[in-house]
Amino acid sequence: MSLEDLYREIILDHYRNPRNRGDLPSPPALRMEGFNPLCGDEVVLYVDVEDGDRVTDIRISGQGCSISQSSASMMSAAVKGRTAAEARGLIRAFKAMMSIHEHRLDGDGREVAEVVAPDPEIKLGDLEALRGVVKFPVRIKCATLSWNTLAQALDEAQSTWAQSTWAQSTRANPGQGPSPSNEVEGA
Amino acid sequence: MAHGLIDTVKGDFPLLAQGPDRRRLVYLDSAASSQKPRAVLDAMDNYYETTHANVHRGVYRLAEEATAAFEGARAKVARFIGAPSAAGVVFTKNATEAINLVAHSYGRRCLPAGKAILLTEMEHHANLVPWLMLAEERDVELRYLPVADDGRLVLDDLDRLLDGVGLVSVTAMSNVLGTLNPIRRLADAAHAVGAVMLVDGSQYVPHLPTDVTDMGCDLLAFTGHKMCGPTGIGVLWGREELLDSMPAFLGGGEMITDVRLDGWKPNVLPWKFEAGTPPIAEAVGLGAAVDYLTAMGMDAVRRHEVELTTYALSTLAERHGDDLTVFGPADPEARGGVLSFAYQGIHPHDLSQVLDETGVCIRAGHHCAKPLMRRMGVNATARASFYVYNDESDVDALSEGLLSASKFFS
Repeated sequence: MSLEDLYREIILDHYRNPRNRGDLPSPPALRMEGFNPLCGDEVVLYVDVEDGDRVTDIRISGQGCSISQSSASMMSAAVKGRTAAEARGLIRAFKAMMSIHEHRLDGDGREVAEVVAPDPEIKLGDLEALRGVVKFPVRIKCATLSWNTLAQALDEAQSTWAQSTWAQSTRANPGQGPSPSNEVEGA
Repeated sequence: MAHGLIDTVKGDFPLLAQGPDRRRLVYLDSAASSQKPRAVLDAMDNYYETTHANVHRGVYRLAEEATAAFEGARAKVARFIGAPSAAGVVFTKNATEAINLVAHSYGRRCLPAGKAILLTEMEHHANLVPWLMLAEERDVELRYLPVADDGRLVLDDLDRLLDGVGLVSVTAMSNVLGTLNPIRRLADAAHAVGAVMLVDGSQYVPHLPTDVTDMGCDLLAFTGHKMCGPTGIGVLWGREELLDSMPAFLGGGEMITDVRLDGWKPNVLPWKFEAGTPPIAEAVGLGAAVDYLTAMGMDAVRRHEVELTTYALSTLAERHGDDLTVFGPADPEARGGVLSFAYQGIHPHDLSQVLDETGVCIRAGHHCAKPLMRRMGVNATARASFYVYNDESDVDALSEGLLSASKFFS
């Protein structure tokens, strides 16, 4: 494994010229911070989620290394305009590429990795350039920082939306509103 | 430069020896953990192969020999730090546990109500979080001595900050900036207001001659693995009267003189603070590390590091100019061999990754000192740190590695 496996040209391009850099007025945009406890890097995401379901705009600020910054930049380009479900699909596909699997114990107490098969329809495109990070395990946390933060932001956006629609619908039809948990699950 | 010292030293460290199929290793992360000389590894192997039994338990000869090896290590450590007796030397897991011991024991039970604790902005998380945790439990005010731009403590407001303080806890040497703090002056000032003085010696004890009486402190915490010893063993030294007045920390075997179903009586020092089977082989290893450093002479160790730091500061400034910013005091006599730096705006992670390709190991990150990082206005720094086995060629390798990184990221 060489440095070129890690620092592909497209990664360095996104590092030098990050896309969607900056912030959005919050509210209405949702602001979510992510920290890498390993190195002190931080990412701040600003996400506009229309009706709790579509990422209409995204901005990124914070500081980090070339891997975390380029990953965040590529992520912002990939999820802008997508539905929450599509964005979550991308998150799953990206984390699968980073070899992050859910672990569980099998019947004999051995830990087995459960590979969450990403939807084969999901194309990572430019993000494939980050595949080399897997060979440098310490850096996987750098690459996934913004993705984990996005997942948290989507959770919050959807739960906030669910609560507000529930509040609205209970005002309109007392006792008839959908429960917030149903909204989240259905989203 | 003490070439005589270093020529013999490098060969003592198996991991640093350059085998035919091994690339040159330039280890510049001793502030995180030092490498181990053969003498320490042999002492631990020999202990397990010839002497091991539990300590302070059996009356058979093997158990007596194990106890003698363990207590012998304690006596060596006591001499190494100029302690008046071995009874004040408590073995812990590491410096972090030593500080937690003080926070739990002294902090919860002895610190008078209404008294504040004085720390500094440059402390390692190990000397911050235990006190933050204490402040969540008890109504204790935490105060901080500020850090100036040159990396030194600002003492202008010391008298005001000390008013009403019951405990002062300060690092003797910053693990980020290398700053050597005026411990004696702080200890005297602390005592003048009746406060207890705890010193975090994790970075100091491995690199400078240490005498707890000269330091003037009441308590000193440090760790074995940064001073050629193994991981898993640290030390809390304390004045005996103070340790005697402090309640026990962890409960269990060894730390008692009597146990009944309705109560217990604590053991005498130092065992009162050593619950359970201690890290015996690790203590023996630390004893061997102390022997190794003592044979070299701590004055010689310090001289070597001042010379190497002088060389590093001037060489790096000469070759890299404004591309490189070294944090901390500019005077090598006022600091240890710990160089935190920023280079051309390249993130420390990326620097460290490129340097690794050339066999140069440096630390990148916040160095467990996030408040200090915020004070410095950075998220992370790159850090190169020296020990007895480093020489000018290691500094040159670092300097070359920086140029490679520059090419890569420009």
